[in-house]
Amino acid sequence: MKATIRIRRFNPEKDKKPYWATYTLEDCEPTNRVLELLHRIKWEQDGTLTLRRSCAQGICGSDAMRINGRNRLACKVLLQEFGENPKIQVEPILGLPVIKDLVVDMEPFFAHYRAVMPYLVNETPPPVGPDGKPRERLQSVEARERFDDTTKCILCAACTTSCPSFWANGAYVGPAAIVQAHRFIFDDRDQLLKERLDVLADPDGVWRCRTIYNCTPACPRGIEVTRAIGEVKKAIQAGKRDF
Amino acid sequence: MQTHQFDTIILGAGGAGLMAALYASRSVSVAVISKLYPTRSHTGAALGGIGAALGNEEEDHWEWHAFDTVKGGDYLTDQDAAEILAREAIDAVIELEHMGLPFDRTKEGKIAQRRFGGHTNNVTGKPVRRACHAADRTGHMILQTLYQQCIKNNVTFFDEFHVVDLIMNGDRPAGAVAVCLRDGSLHLFHAKAIVFATGGWGKCWEVTSNAHSMTGDGAAIAFRNGIPLEDMEFFQFHPTGLYPTGFLITEGVRGEGGVLINGRGERFMERYAPKVKDLASRDVISRAIAIELREGRGIKGKRYLHLDLTPETVRRYKAEAGENADYYTPQYIETKLAETCDQGRTYAGIDPVTEPLPIQPTAHYAMGGIPTNVNAEVIADSTNRVIPGLYAAGECACVSVHGANRLGTNSLVDLIVFGRRAGLRAAEYARGAAFVPMPSDAARRIESELNRIRTANGSTKPYVLRKKMQSAMQDFVGVFRNGKDMQKALDIIRELRREFATNIRIDDRGHTFNTDVLETWELGCLLELAEVTAFSALNRTESRGAHAREDYEKRDDQNWLKHTMVYREGEEGLRVDYKPVVITQYQPKERVY
Repeated sequence: MKATIRIRRFNPEKDKKPYWATYTLEDCEPTNRVLELLHRIKWEQDGTLTLRRSCAQGICGSDAMRINGRNRLACKVLLQEFGENPKIQVEPILGLPVIKDLVVDMEPFFAHYRAVMPYLVNETPPPVGPDGKPRERLQSVEARERFDDTTKCILCAACTTSCPSFWANGAYVGPAAIVQAHRFIFDDRDQLLKERLDVLADPDGVWRCRTIYNCTPACPRGIEVTRAIGEVKKAIQAGKRDF
Repeated sequence: MQTHQFDTIILGAGGAGLMAALYASRSVSVAVISKLYPTRSHTGAALGGIGAALGNEEEDHWEWHAFDTVKGGDYLTDQDAAEILAREAIDAVIELEHMGLPFDRTKEGKIAQRRFGGHTNNVTGKPVRRACHAADRTGHMILQTLYQQCIKNNVTFFDEFHVVDLIMNGDRPAGAVAVCLRDGSLHLFHAKAIVFATGGWGKCWEVTSNAHSMTGDGAAIAFRNGIPLEDMEFFQFHPTGLYPTGFLITEGVRGEGGVLINGRGERFMERYAPKVKDLASRDVISRAIAIELREGRGIKGKRYLHLDLTPETVRRYKAEAGENADYYTPQYIETKLAETCDQGRTYAGIDPVTEPLPIQPTAHYAMGGIPTNVNAEVIADSTNRVIPGLYAAGECACVSVHGANRLGTNSLVDLIVFGRRAGLRAAEYARGAAFVPMPSDAARRIESELNRIRTANGSTKPYVLRKKMQSAMQDFVGVFRNGKDMQKALDIIRELRREFATNIRIDDRGHTFNTDVLETWELGCLLELAEVTAFSALNRTESRGAHAREDYEKRDDQNWLKHTMVYREGEEGLRVDYKPVVITQYQPKERVY
């Protein structure tokens, strides 16, 4: 089948402002992924087309982009969902400065990620086995299950850059950073609960979320983002992880 | 040209690189240089588990893990390295747990473990639960956890800096050259110790589980700077790549009880590996699949077989084996094999909970690579002469701990155990060493090569060369090989290399995020490694592990119980040499599963 792809292009070395360019591809298969189409354009037609991608199978999080108005991973969208005569529009994710074509500056995103102290802290000496060597800290199946959903996050930024509150105010930490914080807040091995909740209680923290709900359908990993944010809000109000 | 100076630089930010960074940064200044944001690294695509004889689920011993590794490697594994791997795996996994890795748990709250191919109880020969897992996203969790710890420890990162050359002063390494993707500028990194952690080169093949970025940059760079490559003929084909994309479906599926079925509805692995069946080592199963397909027993006559993990099938076979499988419900599958469910639904339009998945072997993992000793020090030749200040760990390295065929889960063990050793040893070296002066023309060669590519005005687009290379490797240097075909592959690749050097054309002449230039440069690395792979494979006239020759069907310990070492001679030539296998306590014997 034939596919038509409209891409938002911008090369800072040449262009004063972004523009739309349209490409046609013959011999597409319904099972082709949008990433494959972008590759074909880059390889066969115009090598200047620039995008990030790596694993091409939905786990590395490189190729989040706005596809027909929704934030998706280009490697997880199959042509077949656009019907017999597919027309696809691709543009960079919103709310982060564009570097070139579909590549945006991820640094503000990762700065928010780092701000929530995304690492486990536990100063209690770990248990020791019969042989005198350190063993794992025990955790119940239920306690592990408590934060399972948010461990799936791949930091692709699809949620954060779908959030109107983030578009309006880039200082807001955004859904992805809150998801990452949730993963530690609800891990009963972690001992940095108070500090983390303090960061998220900041005016640019979790309360900037207006429960618009764009983030949840944007997540390519199926994480219930809005629910995780809600749980963090409750933990802040309760001042503890069990509320 | 901007120059940076660090005691230790780490090239690559996957599992091995991050582990090395964590350890080295405790005592010296460290920079991690990576062409991707660290969390994009391909460690994140590892799924099923990391092997360690914790004995949480049943009796297990690190000695069994060591033996399984040696046997899995078809006795080409250096046995001292296998012992270190298996022994240090235990505290490495415990350390990951302490760093916060969310392992699944047993009823008692311990780290949960599942079965995996080739991991056995050495007394009964039956599969043992050794693979420690976090659902089927164990690699993702390892990568995230290590990156989290690097942030906690303020490790310095140069993200999206593409390393393109090593800086040598005579035969002494002095640093590395990298391109900043954002503006195309070249940067010199002056360092006392340099750690390669740059991953594999599955993109040499057409059907592969590997990321687009798996282009073997580090191995190619080392090779261009006079360092040999070891055991390049051994490249693993994972039995269960999703059809037709080749994406990895975890061996954990079979560890949980999933079975392989051919077009006649037979569980054919019963014929090839009567004892462990679908949990034989990967080379054995990939060959069995290739034979089934060749003999016309594909599904509906097509080039794929079925991997069946539906509750009905798994329960039936578990009942036959006298195991209770009441726990194996759709909900269990959704939780323990969540990624697999998502992959099937997204890419094959199949719900694995109710229907079998279509699978085919897929190019997966390089057993060979930059030769190192057990301390991750890069060695210069067959006498194990160490190159001071140079280290390699993870898939780009050949310790050799995987021999002729890697066991499932052992790549993750390798990253953690030898990544840690690389970081420790590099830091120790850097504390006592002086900087080797950088030559004034340190970046001249690579600068002119990148300029050549950026202005290339020939007639062939690089993707055409890449496709030709990938199909030659797929058709002629695959699961089964023979001399005639491999010679054909070698001839094709050499012709492609000539064309790459003289007749390519690219479009992007700019400097900002020029992936047209860098993808093309990566293709040069792939061509280099494809050539060495085909050359090494043609040279080894026996069958061993993943290297299965139709014209030399038997393993030949008399002549070939040795490692291949290949060197570049001049611009075009290749020279081969050999290195003995280290044998400690396991004498080579026939391999039966």
